[in-house]
Amino acid sequence: MLSNQHIKLPEGSIEKQTTTLNVGPTHPATHGVFQNIMELDGERIVSTDQTVGYIHRAFEKLAERRPLYQITPITDRLNYCSSPINNMGWHLTCEKLLGVQTPKRVDYLRVIIMELARISDHLICNSIVGVDTGAYTGFLYVMQYRELIYEIYEEVCGSRLTTNIGRIGGFERNFTNTAFAKLEKFLKEYPKVLKEFENLFARNRIFMERTQGGGAISAERALNYGFTGPNLRAAGVDYDVRVHTPYSSYEDFDFTVPVGNTGDNYDRFLVRNAEMWQSLSIIEQAYRKIQEFKGAEAEVYHANVPEYYLPKKEDVYTKMEALIWHFKIIMGEVDMPKGEVYYSVEGGNGELGYYLISDGGRTPFRLHFRRPCFIYYQAYPELIKDSMLSDAIVTMSSLNLIAGELDA
Amino acid sequence: MGLSNEYIQQRLTEKFGTETLTFEENYGMLSFEAPKEQNLKVLQFLYDEPELQFRFLTDLCAVNYPEAKGKELAVVYHLHNLEANVRIRFKVFTSVTTPDVFTATQLFASANWMERETYDFFGVNFLGHPNLKRILNVDEMDYFPMRKEYPLEDQTRIDKDDEMFGRG
Repeated sequence: MLSNQHIKLPEGSIEKQTTTLNVGPTHPATHGVFQNIMELDGERIVSTDQTVGYIHRAFEKLAERRPLYQITPITDRLNYCSSPINNMGWHLTCEKLLGVQTPKRVDYLRVIIMELARISDHLICNSIVGVDTGAYTGFLYVMQYRELIYEIYEEVCGSRLTTNIGRIGGFERNFTNTAFAKLEKFLKEYPKVLKEFENLFARNRIFMERTQGGGAISAERALNYGFTGPNLRAAGVDYDVRVHTPYSSYEDFDFTVPVGNTGDNYDRFLVRNAEMWQSLSIIEQAYRKIQEFKGAEAEVYHANVPEYYLPKKEDVYTKMEALIWHFKIIMGEVDMPKGEVYYSVEGGNGELGYYLISDGGRTPFRLHFRRPCFIYYQAYPELIKDSMLSDAIVTMSSLNLIAGELDA
Repeated sequence: MGLSNEYIQQRLTEKFGTETLTFEENYGMLSFEAPKEQNLKVLQFLYDEPELQFRFLTDLCAVNYPEAKGKELAVVYHLHNLEANVRIRFKVFTSVTTPDVFTATQLFASANWMERETYDFFGVNFLGHPNLKRILNVDEMDYFPMRKEYPLEDQTRIDKDDEMFGRG
């Protein structure tokens, strides 16, 4: 009978004692496009084989043909939960290469946008951890407040998810009064909501028992695996780019770097939660500092670098000088200086680095993105070995994997 | 505190000699290159020395310089001493015909995927890597797309029926 069967099973698959399970590429629990081929013994994970690259878009190759401004929209699509941080990181890299000094007010405005992005990033991650442990309410509840953040982006740059916010040297336009009013509304309403969200989870016994001890990693292994950001801090290493190598005037702000000690799912949740409170405090400080600017200083929103900063559209149509610069920048007639720069910012997931090599032309000779996700995701099989399948799903969401950043 | 670039340079030249290493400084970051046979020795030295302790591999990637004959591919390591907060850049060059470089996976677990990515896009063959296969591109691909010899599609080409994307 066996010889007559139509289905050809792979050799050895009948004798095999474990079950093979494909989690992904498009599984609702992976929250992104990547595949894990798991070998299960009952519900326990024996080994995992990872496949990534389903949404690889050849960003590094594309960037070699694009002038600096055309690369900003590419960076949006890395970690799309906090694209303003990617945009700012890219502008800061260019500014370092070009030697542009930004005024203080620009730095503070950037800090506000970056910290808003951090909040929206952590908010998604933490509420998704909630969803994967079976608590859907928190997720739906906080989405309204992410919407408030997106409305602020919209007011500043015109778009919401893939923001393409800012320019080399500053912002494309000054923040409007509506933007500040929306920011005030957010600062007023959000702490209450965050507190309520925290109350739902942080000391919730079911949540604690689901997350404590799962997906733990020691500080030493985490460093060896190249962890950065909240995942590294949850393991007890207080490395934060904002403190170690301050950019955009982060040295002017007073904030603490929350750390965990076990490096498990619960600590990652707590670290992200505490970081949201810190981000809120940073935004409040930055907003106060911005209000202190008086007179002409209070209107500054970009550095005076006509070679790289696109002039206002009204000026392009009415003034000769602005028209010339607009043409030169758009047609890529402004060459970059020669040099090699590595610059990094604290992204939503960790150290987001840009390695830019310029040979003096209009486009980069080589651009490499250091994507934190890509580097720490390789630790996933080690994190979930011998754990239950349902805990592996929680571990995956608490690592905050963003497919766009994995694949670049 | 106070791990200066000069000090790192001095320690490295003491160990490996002036003829093997070349140094430069780019925007404040010490950058040096060594022969590719020595890459593991240099990485191990930087990792172990009590005063240096470059124990965090921030980034690993490759660069293609098609004009430099015999040194077409560069493998670039960005290392970070987290305690003293100093970053350095370390490069090894290899020819495109025999792109063999020793793997750093024994020292840094994070090098695993970064080397796979570098292999995938540049064809750098990391000797001793536990699982050197393509990572982002499809397995069937038979070329290394980030090399400069493969240009992007000509934007002015007209031979393509591509009405859906507005080029028809």
